[in-house]
Amino acid sequence: MSATPTIAFDAARCDGCGECMKACQVAKSDDGRPAQSRIRIVRDDETGSWGIAQCRQCGDPRCASVCPAAALAKGGDGVVAWDAGRCVNCLICTAGCTYGGIAFSAAEGHVVKCDQCAGAPQCVAACRRGALRYVTAAKLYNRWGELEDLFVPGLGGCQGCNTELIMRHALRRIGPNTVLATPPGCIPGMGSVGYNGMLGCKVPVFHPLLTNTASMLTGIRRQFKRKGRDVTALALAGDGGAGDVGFQSLSGAAERGEQILFVCVDNEGYMNTGAQRSGSTTYGAWTATTPIGEAARGKTQEAKNLPLLMMWHGCEYVATASTAFMEDFYAKLEAALDASGRGFAYLHLYSPCTSGWRFPSAANVEVARKAVETNFAVLWEYRRSHGLRLSRDIDEPAPVVDYLKLLGKFGHLDAAQVAHIQAHVDRQAQVLRELARAGCGADAVG
Amino acid sequence: MERSAQQRFDYVVVGASHAGIEALRAIRAHDGDGSVAVLDREVRLPVSPTVLPYVVSGKRGEDGIALRERRWFDELRVDYRQQARVTAVDSAKASLSLGDGVEIGYGKLLLATGATPAVPPIDGLAAVRYHVLRTLDDALALRDAGRSAGRAVVLGAGLVGMHAAENLARVGARVTIVEMRDQVLPGYFDATAAARIEAVFRRHGVEILTGRRIEQVVARGDASAVALDGGELRDAGLLLVAAGVRPDVAYLAGSGIAVGRGVVVDAFMRTTVPNVWAAGDVVQTASFFGDTTPAGGILPDAVEQGRTAGMSMAGDPAVTAYPGGVPLNTYGFFGRRALSVGRDAPADAGPDWEVLVRGGTGSEDYLKIVLREGRLQGVFGVDVLFDPGIMWELILRRVELGARAAALLENPEDAGRVLMSGLWR
Repeated sequence: MSATPTIAFDAARCDGCGECMKACQVAKSDDGRPAQSRIRIVRDDETGSWGIAQCRQCGDPRCASVCPAAALAKGGDGVVAWDAGRCVNCLICTAGCTYGGIAFSAAEGHVVKCDQCAGAPQCVAACRRGALRYVTAAKLYNRWGELEDLFVPGLGGCQGCNTELIMRHALRRIGPNTVLATPPGCIPGMGSVGYNGMLGCKVPVFHPLLTNTASMLTGIRRQFKRKGRDVTALALAGDGGAGDVGFQSLSGAAERGEQILFVCVDNEGYMNTGAQRSGSTTYGAWTATTPIGEAARGKTQEAKNLPLLMMWHGCEYVATASTAFMEDFYAKLEAALDASGRGFAYLHLYSPCTSGWRFPSAANVEVARKAVETNFAVLWEYRRSHGLRLSRDIDEPAPVVDYLKLLGKFGHLDAAQVAHIQAHVDRQAQVLRELARAGCGADAVG
Repeated sequence: MERSAQQRFDYVVVGASHAGIEALRAIRAHDGDGSVAVLDREVRLPVSPTVLPYVVSGKRGEDGIALRERRWFDELRVDYRQQARVTAVDSAKASLSLGDGVEIGYGKLLLATGATPAVPPIDGLAAVRYHVLRTLDDALALRDAGRSAGRAVVLGAGLVGMHAAENLARVGARVTIVEMRDQVLPGYFDATAAARIEAVFRRHGVEILTGRRIEQVVARGDASAVALDGGELRDAGLLLVAAGVRPDVAYLAGSGIAVGRGVVVDAFMRTTVPNVWAAGDVVQTASFFGDTTPAGGILPDAVEQGRTAGMSMAGDPAVTAYPGGVPLNTYGFFGRRALSVGRDAPADAGPDWEVLVRGGTGSEDYLKIVLREGRLQGVFGVDVLFDPGIMWELILRRVELGARAAALLENPEDAGRVLMSGLWR
């Protein structure tokens, strides 16, 4: 079964204004008078929170299973559709639904339910606080799912790591006309280069030194070009292979404008060798080389902001992305791939490390989401022609402690350290805000 | 002859109504490859008994009411056979006999043959023409007879009898309902709700005789007349017997499959014989409440049983035990609505029971909420809307309502949705 769009509700953002219900009453009216809203927001007086009753467009809808007249069925668009011509008004569907998603309307004389307004739900459009979202990411998964997976089944990552997701989805889109470089780090450790003489993927792949990834790709791309072949030169590197040990060759290739797509999967340390600190490890974090003791309280320096450093190279394209925001990641991958045909494209992905950062393996995407929602990791995009743009609003971030408290590597932080991190996050956000406002473009960088 | 060789399927489902169809879905959800046959004794595509009152009323014709089209079975890669009546089950040989001599072997078998109308042993009944309402043919015959009935007698005030009485009254018949219990819709609604429903019927000219029996039926030309236990007579240009249903189990004689009130099953719908399951109206459904609350004959229950059976047959590891039947009805009458979920408090209810009522005599709407140890047992409403599916889930989850019971009485729709939002949304 294909995945389909859905209306998602975030109770924490809802203030019960009721605009969604008013919009629905108008959208579903036949005669100008308000119809019964297909979405119902209810207040829990005991907890003060808001709840929702609306059709979930279930994958296996029980309203349809119990309907004696075959008047309800899930369509290919994901909507559980109600057929007025078949309905006998027995209301048994209302017994089948445990979500209050289909209910009798006395005014209309029959059951009513959400139909997602044919792909443009009016309740979502009316919600000013972002409590309702029309989540269409699933469409992307369907489209991309049809592309060939170019990695072998069964990559050997740690449980809950998002790097496999990044690798597979990136290479699906970038396609088979690719030469892939994966310098030492988690990615070859997971099996990109293969085991026992067998390749780990269906494209030519090699294992450069930590130091020379961008140099080797430079030569490969140029040699193919000389032979008249337009091949994508792709690096999937960690933050060490990109920003620390690999930085000299990366910086050189970026400055020369080599036609390379360089993807950095940043887990803020040397995680596959035992979680040592790197230049990307953030202030206060525990690592094997920034331990916690009587005096030591984790790393004492700030992380360097590698994507900003890359932007100042005047690359064709630089962006940051997160696996908690896949649509945004996909759009940036698309843009980066396109830009790599003209010059250097650098894509920086935040990759929470379940084992090195010490959090439950099921929480990876939530950790990634909180990093973005607190401005700890800001999503932005730089194009040489247009300058820097923020990918989402950063003006009302959650407090950074919401992110820090999820991670064992920050478990020891005292109030002063938390305040230090909050100040740094605020300062960094302000720098990005000002860069975006200034329309920081080719001229400013050049 | 090709037919002489016994055919064999990994799964055979007997009956293509709600339980059988849901089982097919559940089997295919887990086993995409096994061969599946469904044997339906009917000539036509399956039609749910629940839509038949709407055929009788003329709201629906014969077309466009099928529970599933043939295409649905084809897409599931199920061999759908009509006019295939099973006459015997040989569980030792794992095979079925069909009326026409064909034998079909099974790996796993589901009995979902439903129920047929129960006809009470009333003197003279067998000698006259009477109607029942279980199949589409029954419904068409009743529809056509109702137009010229004049006087009609309906035996039984269950949902089938009440729906039919309303339809007959709407086309101008003078209708008498005879019910031996002391209220209409016994087992579905409590006495107060039933009294309100009765009052609406009386206002529409329907005579309702509760606590009464028909002693005898006598022929009067093409029509008949019924003699009541008090001695009075009622002419019956049309006589409808709606005295409930009994599981269709005659073909199981000699099969070794235990039958009580219906086919005996465990919580995974397994019968007493290996590789044979049963679901829907053919089984003896256990009550969720573990008491004598009537269970069975509830459409959503049949669907749950069908799914449980199908998952169990296919070996789906996600299968969970069937929790037992909860009475559940959505009943529309003369443009009004009555809803019931769960059970009423017993006559000898102890202090652990609590009954909350809104809308006494004189008020338009009525709502009753029954609690035991603070947990919802039943909700009964007339002209008060709520989400029956949410109430059903609150009962199954044995949610302690505490202080929320009052909110539930005041606004059952919103209060139920608040509980749902907090508990399982």
